[in-house]
Amino acid sequence: MITSLLPSSWIRAFQRIDLVLLAVLSLLIFLGLITLYSAVDTEMAVVYRQAINFVLGLLSLLVFSQIQSKTLKQFAIWLYGIGIILLILVLLFGEIKKGAQRWLYVGIDVQPAEIMKLAVPMMVAYFFANKNLPPRLLDIGIALVLIVVPVLLIMKQPDLGTSLLIAVSGLFVIYFAGISWWLIAGAIVLVAVGARLMFEYGMHDYQRQRIMTLLDPEADLQGAGYHIHQSKIAIGSGGFYGKDWLNGDQSHLDFLPERHTDFIFAVFGEEFGFVGNLILLGLYIIIIWRGLYLATQGEDTFARLLAGSLSLTFFIYLLVNTGMVSGILPVVGVPLPLVSFGGTSIVTLMIAFGIIMGMKKRKRIYQAED
Amino acid sequence: MGERLSIKTDRDEQQLFNRRAIVAAVIVLFALGGIGFRLYFLQVEKYDFYTELSKQNYQKRIPIAPKRGQIYDRNGVLLADNHAQYVLTVVRDSVPDQNNDGKKNWADMEIMLNRLSKLVALSEKDLRIFNQQIRRRSRYQATPLKENMTEQEVAMFAVNKSRFPGVDLDRQMQRYYPWGQVASHVIGYVGRIDEQDMKNLNKDEYEGTTYIGKLGVEGAHEKRLHGKAGYTLEEVDAHGRQQDTLSRQEAVGGEDLILGLDIKLQIRAENLLRGERGAIVAIDPNNGEVLALASVPTFDPNLFVDGISHKDYIELRDHPDRPLYNRALQGTYPPGSTVKPMIAMAGLFEKVVWPGKSVYDPGFFQIPGHKHRYRCWKKVGHGSVNMDVAIAQSCDTYFYDLAYRMGIDKFNTYMKTFGFGSRTGIDLTSESAGLMPSADWKQTRHKQVWYPGDTVNIGIGQGYWLATPLQLAHAVATVAMKGKRIKPHVLRGYRLAKDKPEQLLVPEIVEQVKSNSPKDWELVKQGMVNVVHASYGTAKRINQGLQYHMAGKTGTAQVFGIAQNARYDATRLDKRLHDHALFVGFAPAEAPKIAVAVIVENGGGGSATAAPLARKIMDAYLLGKYEDDPVEDGKPADAPAPVNQRD
Repeated sequence: MITSLLPSSWIRAFQRIDLVLLAVLSLLIFLGLITLYSAVDTEMAVVYRQAINFVLGLLSLLVFSQIQSKTLKQFAIWLYGIGIILLILVLLFGEIKKGAQRWLYVGIDVQPAEIMKLAVPMMVAYFFANKNLPPRLLDIGIALVLIVVPVLLIMKQPDLGTSLLIAVSGLFVIYFAGISWWLIAGAIVLVAVGARLMFEYGMHDYQRQRIMTLLDPEADLQGAGYHIHQSKIAIGSGGFYGKDWLNGDQSHLDFLPERHTDFIFAVFGEEFGFVGNLILLGLYIIIIWRGLYLATQGEDTFARLLAGSLSLTFFIYLLVNTGMVSGILPVVGVPLPLVSFGGTSIVTLMIAFGIIMGMKKRKRIYQAED
Repeated sequence: MGERLSIKTDRDEQQLFNRRAIVAAVIVLFALGGIGFRLYFLQVEKYDFYTELSKQNYQKRIPIAPKRGQIYDRNGVLLADNHAQYVLTVVRDSVPDQNNDGKKNWADMEIMLNRLSKLVALSEKDLRIFNQQIRRRSRYQATPLKENMTEQEVAMFAVNKSRFPGVDLDRQMQRYYPWGQVASHVIGYVGRIDEQDMKNLNKDEYEGTTYIGKLGVEGAHEKRLHGKAGYTLEEVDAHGRQQDTLSRQEAVGGEDLILGLDIKLQIRAENLLRGERGAIVAIDPNNGEVLALASVPTFDPNLFVDGISHKDYIELRDHPDRPLYNRALQGTYPPGSTVKPMIAMAGLFEKVVWPGKSVYDPGFFQIPGHKHRYRCWKKVGHGSVNMDVAIAQSCDTYFYDLAYRMGIDKFNTYMKTFGFGSRTGIDLTSESAGLMPSADWKQTRHKQVWYPGDTVNIGIGQGYWLATPLQLAHAVATVAMKGKRIKPHVLRGYRLAKDKPEQLLVPEIVEQVKSNSPKDWELVKQGMVNVVHASYGTAKRINQGLQYHMAGKTGTAQVFGIAQNARYDATRLDKRLHDHALFVGFAPAEAPKIAVAVIVENGGGGSATAAPLARKIMDAYLLGKYEDDPVEDGKPADAPAPVNQRD
């Protein structure tokens, strides 16, 4: 039928795309764009730029969905190595913007940390792909080193949010590799106790103060708590059905800061209400579940571990952002995935979804056509 | 690549992964479910709370001050008005770059003010206050630069307005008293709301109001005059910039007040007292309306409206004649002989005296068994006096005897029913209660027992007894009404708006003065008529050409105690120690329309100084005669009698 009118490589490309995931992603992107349109007071220029980001993102998705597990696996170590080198270069020669050294100028500004969002889970997955699973304690130790090195480099920039997310993406690979539940529980206890001891004995007063502000920002409504207070007002006053699109007074009257980037969820919540929020969360759940499902359909261990980790990392982005904007998690600069304005993040995420799609087992019928 | 994995291991790994993926999917569901619950809490549970916070964020209530009610006299003459006042204001953010350095800053403000000062005089004080205020306010808020712009300045600025973006004229209403000093003690004045006022008022209602009634009618009837504040609900952004008007509630102007006061009569009363210190109170006895309430000297209430200058205030406060002191309400004087008609009523009621009873006056009274002589003003005595003569000639001995035999308790009780010793309850601020002494009072106040001699002195309105001119006018009006006491009041009526009908207030009747028979009242009134009309009356000098019957009573209040055998000689005393001249009366005697009390501080005798003023007030009110009679033989027809003629 129609497929016969297209070149066979095109047909293959489309067939490798997971239509369910693409459809839900598209719906989310659409919701994101109309929310952005409202958040920037109907300034179309910004919306166009974001739309271009999505076009780039979709093209990337298309390209990366073509890459097979075994091909990508070969890139893992290179990408990881180059990433580490770039991170070191950033610390030595990077540009300083907004008080942090994150950017490297190579014709265009690049953020090597962004590369690591993919490189770290790829590297750890690659490492485990060659091991017997569930992993031995030693292998877990090695994996942890692979994670910690880039994470420390990024922390040094400093970019706490990104470094923690990258750490999480690596840890998810260890989780999917089958690390024992006892070890997980032990690690959690260890981290909790360690953090407590660190807070009590290993910190200066000003550092403790900073942590306190992070955990309870609303103690200082004029300063650190202003964002979160205004964001809760915006969401709360949205009520059940919301104030309708373009009618969120908190956002439009400038009370809500960072409203087209990190706090766009509050704009959405104010204008579309609880109902809108449930729909949005529902879309995200479908995306994450679909990602996890595709991971179970992975070509090989590397494919499964990588796709599973990328899906859960996406979930963590969402959780950290919505938790922050609704005032139950500390304020860390994490955008709402695929909705917040910002090109790099969108392209990285779309590449990740491309990878997830590409990791799926190739069906025999396509191989026969080859 | 590494070692190849066996099929079995791969299947195990696949199963391991699937289990992990399912656990992950469940964790995802629970975690995002947690976010969902959080959103439910914020958007459903706490919806009202956050809606309120959001309104507080973006809604700003801008009050609209109601128009203050105007005040009119009984004939519709305007006594207190509102004038438009123009204020020059500056919005900092709207002042453009002046020195072309591409920035808007304080230097631009300086340059703009410099340019502006060539059009409008800006005093150093204006600029100092402005510079303080504008730095404290939001850059989008209007800050007053100059108040009380002259008409010329307003016109000058209006023409050049386009050259001064950010500068604007704001129209404000300001109180204005067209009659200036006249009736200032009645009308009172408004002033800027101070901290003391803030404690007592409804802050919502006064949010946009600058002025509040401080004294007089302005103070006492603040509630009626103020009206109900309105507001506009404005939408503002995070920077306080106004976006839109959400709703508007118009203010309801205050009530226009119509006073019982007759401004012509008031002017006449104040003119009659000019050069003296004193008070004249005129009441319509039929309804208690205050027709005139003069306290001289007066002051100009307009001085107080925008905050009186320190110099002006000190001048008024420290003036020896105390113009700020409302003598008619706050001044307490020994009533002297003016209260003899009321004392006579007490005697008749308690049956201490009766119409036919005569008392022999040898020129003094002695308490049985005591040597001290209580002197009658007439040294040689009046001989045998009955009540009519006692009132008409103001025989002290008759009343010494009466009071002595009645005793202070009965005396005090009866006099209180005339309103002595308590506030009349007039609708003006700062009224004094005067003092109607009793044995208990003396015990408490002076730690002394009440002597019979105290009663004797009280019998002629001296001693501890103190009354305000208003109380005297009220008491004589009560006599005119044969005991029917009506609360004196300044407010006659009101109307809700210019086009609304006038509503009259119903006079408030208070406790009646008792009598055994209506004839008693007639008897006392006849005595008072004889004060003026009989050949033996103490105020007979004022009956020349009198076209109606007038009842009255003269009085002289001692300021200075005279020794037993000494003689009062005004010529040898400092003016400030001269007696106060008093007169009370009403007319026409048959059907009273006006009751008057006059006091001239240190004016000498009541018959000579106070009585002629009372007649002129009555002539003015009853006959419309507002001018003095032409001068005959180089001296006014009712020129004061020599001062040594006592009553």
